[in-house]
Amino acid sequence: MTEENTAPLKIVVLVKHVPDVQFDRHIDSASLRLDRSESVLSELDEYAVEAAVALVESQGGFAAGHEVIAATMGAKSASNSIKKALQMGASSGVHLNDEALIGSDTVVTSKALAALVEHVGDVDLVVTGMSSTDAETSVVPAQLAERLNFAQLTHALNVDFDGATRELSIRRDHADRTLTLAAALPAVLSVTDQANDPRYPNFKAIMAAKKKSITEVSLADLGLAAQAVGAAGSHITVLNAEARPAREAGTIINDSGQAGIALVDFLAEQKLI
Amino acid sequence: MPSALVFFTELSDAPSKAQRELLTLAASIGEPTVAVASEVPEAAVTQLGAYGVSKLLVAPANESSFLDHSLSALEAAVNQSAAQVVVVANDNFSREVAARIAVRVDGSIVTDAIDISADLVVTKDELAGSYSAQAQASGGVLFVTLKPNSIEDTPQAQAVSVSVEELAVSAATAPSVRIMATEEKVASDRPKLTEARVVVAGGRGVNGDFSAVEALADALGGAVGASRAATDAGWISHDAQIGQTGVTVSPQLFISAGISGAIQQKAGMQTSKCIIAINKDVDAPVFEIADFGIVGDLDKVLPQAAEEIRRRQA
Repeated sequence: MTEENTAPLKIVVLVKHVPDVQFDRHIDSASLRLDRSESVLSELDEYAVEAAVALVESQGGFAAGHEVIAATMGAKSASNSIKKALQMGASSGVHLNDEALIGSDTVVTSKALAALVEHVGDVDLVVTGMSSTDAETSVVPAQLAERLNFAQLTHALNVDFDGATRELSIRRDHADRTLTLAAALPAVLSVTDQANDPRYPNFKAIMAAKKKSITEVSLADLGLAAQAVGAAGSHITVLNAEARPAREAGTIINDSGQAGIALVDFLAEQKLI
Repeated sequence: MPSALVFFTELSDAPSKAQRELLTLAASIGEPTVAVASEVPEAAVTQLGAYGVSKLLVAPANESSFLDHSLSALEAAVNQSAAQVVVVANDNFSREVAARIAVRVDGSIVTDAIDISADLVVTKDELAGSYSAQAQASGGVLFVTLKPNSIEDTPQAQAVSVSVEELAVSAATAPSVRIMATEEKVASDRPKLTEARVVVAGGRGVNGDFSAVEALADALGGAVGASRAATDAGWISHDAQIGQTGVTVSPQLFISAGISGAIQQKAGMQTSKCIIAINKDVDAPVFEIADFGIVGDLDKVLPQAAEEIRRRQA
């Protein structure tokens, strides 16, 4: 084994603070921005935190010097999502908080996040969820791989890491196939909700998280100009956003033996058969 | 008139419905160029002409590693075509290829689009289809991923002749991701879930047995879907999962069988044109969004409906 192969792993797990999908979500009609008041850690990011922490545990644990740094960009309240990640086992947090980031499209978001990963420095692996539950583009992990020149291992159904070769392999669906893909670190890994079962932090983990540090960074720390990010730096402008009219419940019948026929009558009325 | 580029990773003899929608949309924007990252059969070239595609750029597959060839092919096609807008399918792979090239050429990307106007205003779904938004790019090449079942598939009145050119693709620049193994999925005769006109989906209420759901789907020529509860239980392949973490469908007709309709499930189907729900629980949230609902036993209602459809079609 070479010296490099035994070096501790430095993993950044990206988390996003998003409006809780359990409630009605709103886009403000004046600012055209998403109302972020009832926000939580995106539930798909819990799989990313679990994947990062489980990977460390499989390689001798945090005692071996491995790090999992939970990173986010967002307003002040977004640090709550870092705290949740710390409770789940991440070792520290880093929070990019700058007003100028508001209105960033994915190309710019990936620029800021790539700068954040570079600011953390010497990162071996970036782990993300398969998609955010708010914008749902699921393209930022691929864009990060592009910007960081890391191998792209995304939409992982499962994750295997070989500590000796420092190779990561995943399975992913692609067209009518399931592929097994492998790449050497450094890499960007995104995991699906099939990849693991995220842990629930216990009382001990919650107390331990209180002692972990969260570092705040600004755009200036990353060497990014305010006009290079946010709405000013983004090509995409949202022109309008309207709630679709709520669907109204139609006729509901109780089956008294002929409901299957009634269903077909309805299809025929609607010219669907 | 803006110039539009359509990018496919593969194109078979008969383009899929989603691919035909992309071609229809591109032709409505401007004279479209098509680029394909693998060999294109002669029959497909004729089909492209029917959609008004005058130029085809082909980058014969050289898939030594995952992604690289598609990235290089799309980058070369964007440069060669000088297109202002690039439209691709909405699947994960196409999104990722487009998103990376958007970064490379300092362009922009909009996903989940349902339309693009002639002046390149993109209409898209937001918040799982509960909002509709419009967006515009202020500069650079605009990449758009189009949801299936968004555009009426319409060939041009007059076919054009297609000039075919081979794309000069530069060597891969991205770190290598090797393909270690490939498992083919079990082929189905049913339409593709994301593209189907009719979807019949089963949930916890089917209790492990999808045969009645499948029989009704087959009577209607539809695809079979499932809730996460059903796929997690192992009753049906994960590929059938509809919802926030599965596929999103927007068919003419969606029949929900034994699915309660939790918010994550609704996220995958609420833009369906017509929704029919069958559930034994009168309080199931799915009834709030159903155009027609039946409170009853799936084992009775589904076979009776399938039988009645077959009888009327006979």
